[in-house]
Amino acid sequence: MSWAQHNAIGRGTNASRRSVYLYLLAFALVALCIVSLGIGRYGVPISTIVRILGAMVWPSDVAPTGLTQNEWVVVTQIRLPRIIISVISGMGLGLSGAVLQGLFRNPLVGPDIIGVSHGAAFGGVFAILLGASVLGIVSGAVIGGLLALSICFAIAGASGNNILTLVLTGLIVSAFFGAAVGVIQYVADPDVQLPSIVYWLLGSFANANWSSVTTIVVPFFVAGTMLLMMSWRLNLLSLDDFDAMALGLNVARLRWLIVFLVTLIVASQVAVSGGIGWVGLIIPHFARMIFGADHRTLLPASALLGGIYVVAMDDIARTASNQEIPIGLLTALVGTPIFAWLLQKNRNRGWRSE
Amino acid sequence: MDTSVLGTAAVSFSGLGHAYISDSWIFRGYHASIKKGEVFAILGPNGRGKTTLLKILLGALQPSEGSLHVIGDLAFVPQLFQVSFDFSCLDMVLMGRARKVGLFSKPKASDVQAAFAALERLGIQHHAERPFHQLSGGQRQLVVFARAIAADAQILILDEPTSALDLENQKHVLLWIHTLSREDGLTVLMTTHHPHHAFAVADQALLMMGCERFEIGPAKDVLTKDALSDLYRVPMERVTFQHNGRATETLVPVFSDLRDNAT
Repeated sequence: MSWAQHNAIGRGTNASRRSVYLYLLAFALVALCIVSLGIGRYGVPISTIVRILGAMVWPSDVAPTGLTQNEWVVVTQIRLPRIIISVISGMGLGLSGAVLQGLFRNPLVGPDIIGVSHGAAFGGVFAILLGASVLGIVSGAVIGGLLALSICFAIAGASGNNILTLVLTGLIVSAFFGAAVGVIQYVADPDVQLPSIVYWLLGSFANANWSSVTTIVVPFFVAGTMLLMMSWRLNLLSLDDFDAMALGLNVARLRWLIVFLVTLIVASQVAVSGGIGWVGLIIPHFARMIFGADHRTLLPASALLGGIYVVAMDDIARTASNQEIPIGLLTALVGTPIFAWLLQKNRNRGWRSE
Repeated sequence: MDTSVLGTAAVSFSGLGHAYISDSWIFRGYHASIKKGEVFAILGPNGRGKTTLLKILLGALQPSEGSLHVIGDLAFVPQLFQVSFDFSCLDMVLMGRARKVGLFSKPKASDVQAAFAALERLGIQHHAERPFHQLSGGQRQLVVFARAIAADAQILILDEPTSALDLENQKHVLLWIHTLSREDGLTVLMTTHHPHHAFAVADQALLMMGCERFEIGPAKDVLTKDALSDLYRVPMERVTFQHNGRATETLVPVFSDLRDNAT
């Protein structure tokens, strides 16, 4: 058949079906966010939420009617920043996980595995020990994440070409920074610093405020946009290194760039909401099941699914019991059995069906 | 590059040698001149340095000594091909457009069209949307050829294109090598373990006899039974027979004396 016919039939149905699913996911995410704004110890009806959001987007001198001052404060000052941060965290982790799995051609890779999360945790915790401000903690996390990454690449080789070595090195670096965090906990003042360190490490959106929104949103949008634009190139990295190089790619440099961008996203997330694991690892698997392996759709899908997952988890964390459950614990408790199930399921089908 | 010296050579090298560890030369002093549109076969037993030579030709490895001139874009066709992901054939071929697509860009409609055209050239366009791993070995090899064509390359470098294929697919791939060089004017450099393949399709051949020993020249002249027996350390015979009413020649290794020489 001619190219025109083929274009109309084959590409059309696959591509548009996936676009529809992506729009559905985006819609689900927005809907979940709006619903989540109403959930909590202080319930707010959806109609009120919509009105509040409308008033924020189109400010007018006339105060919106039919809602109380409490509702306004709860939604705009407490919940909205929290929802935004949890969405961005989830999207960042989902995106990072998908990118790393594509980069290393390995389903067992996540931001936690290559040492970035632990390095960022160390950096942030070190900053807390020094009594730094929020900006200081954030910077500390980014520096820590990049430091872990650099050590990883220095040991595994600047070319980053050997995947297994890189993953193993990531494990070593993670373990090292995990131990370093332990040391800091040991020397920290048990009355003042230690509780905040421990709570920070567990991962929580409870301290969300508008300044921390900026902290996580800017790196996510900058790095996330660049990663999405490179999604086709990421397809190419699934080839053998030599083959990819023969196609004209500078494989080592591309890997470095991608991991740097991922570090920015993950470190800013850790700085703002602490260590949240088991999201970057499992979300891409589900995204791949629905959307396939092409990163042009897989990356946005992983981001959207990650956002939905973390917002849902945070809703549970806030409402399941009287005391807030740290989200890092929740994602680990929920994530590990899911991952075990994924491993089981994929054992026969294979990461690639062969 | 002084093209007047090279004439119509697409690829030429002289004094080419490489040692991964100093003084431990894989090969040394190699030279060749490969014309545009030629099929050039590189033969040698395992470990003689065929892959090293390929890497140097592709620019992936800097030779320890010697010079290499390449006119035109190169594309690499690896041996049978495992991918970690479920890409469609069209997506696989589309990867060949990598040099034309910027770092932050996605392939355009023209790129997709070129990919489809490459599949059409090889007569496998009906597999375009099928997952790559579902294809047979021979079909996959053709997809990888299509990828090289989609890259608009003038020079194809093939790494043992027939080694993992059954006989029918071997012949099919060899036919395409011949067609692409004669009809499309592509220069084809291929390593192979099969002298009869080189005999069937190559214009020139290079036998990697040893570190500084090599034979090079027109395939029919170089692929003699003595040279090949020396190369592979297995007796070879050049056999003439009738096929479709014409006298045809081929090369065969002599294995039929196995049973006599049982140890």
